[in-house]
Amino acid sequence: MDGAQRIPVLKVGRVLVVPIQVDMDDQMVISLQERILSELERTGARGVLIDITLLEMIDSFIGRMLSDIAAMARVMDARTVVVGMRPAVAITLVELGLELRGVETVLNVDEGIRLLRDELDGHDDEDEATLLGELNLFGESFNRA
Amino acid sequence: MESRSIALEHEPDIVVARNEVRRLARALGFSPTDQTRLATVASELARNVVKYAGHGRLIAQPITDSDGRTGLRLIFEDTGPGIYDLAAAMRDGFSTGGGLGKGLPGSRRLVHEFQIESSPERGTRVSVVRWT
Repeated sequence: MDGAQRIPVLKVGRVLVVPIQVDMDDQMVISLQERILSELERTGARGVLIDITLLEMIDSFIGRMLSDIAAMARVMDARTVVVGMRPAVAITLVELGLELRGVETVLNVDEGIRLLRDELDGHDDEDEATLLGELNLFGESFNRA
Repeated sequence: MESRSIALEHEPDIVVARNEVRRLARALGFSPTDQTRLATVASELARNVVKYAGHGRLIAQPITDSDGRTGLRLIFEDTGPGIYDLAAAMRDGFSTGGGLGKGLPGSRRLVHEFQIESSPERGTRVSVVRWT
């Protein structure tokens, strides 16, 4: 079985939520990237929220995946927010010289949802109210976990 | 604590290497940030072995200096084709493999000691040390 299938790509309203909770080898990284992009295309999602709270390390390979996802999502008119980077991971990233270009990072899922809600606020869409409700629920359950 | 040798032949070995290095670093009393630095270095340099040489190994050696300070030495060795232009490979942004060119210069910034030898005859050997 493809290991990356173990990483869920959840559609919540018009946002793809990707909680990374396993240690990924390179093949999983590549296949996760492909899945996120194909889900973006399939669903027309406007945002990607990647939760890396459980990632113990970001090396240049994973860092590049995050930058590439953000760049490709942008071309598809979607915004990418990475949440939950551990301080040790952030320090190491900077020392390694990785910039995560184009990736917005926030402290936790709550902040990420707030950011993506702002992004969606301007849209005249009947699903909007439902979406914000769902996202808030998701944030609450996530923060409890 | 004893040295550990880890075969580096396939992509999943990169994950094994970084997890084993983190485990050792934790057992040696390195701070969480240092554990992350060492795991990241292991991931970068193990990937170089798997990607450019195809096979090699990582030797992880707990060490102590004359003042009794604990350290961890990581040796990555392979018998691959060697690095053609070592000086260029140590510069940020230089890559022959389509990567970001952060592996070697970035790893050097994460450790206290960094040595690299490479030749077409003998392959490549990278030795790094971080002290607690």
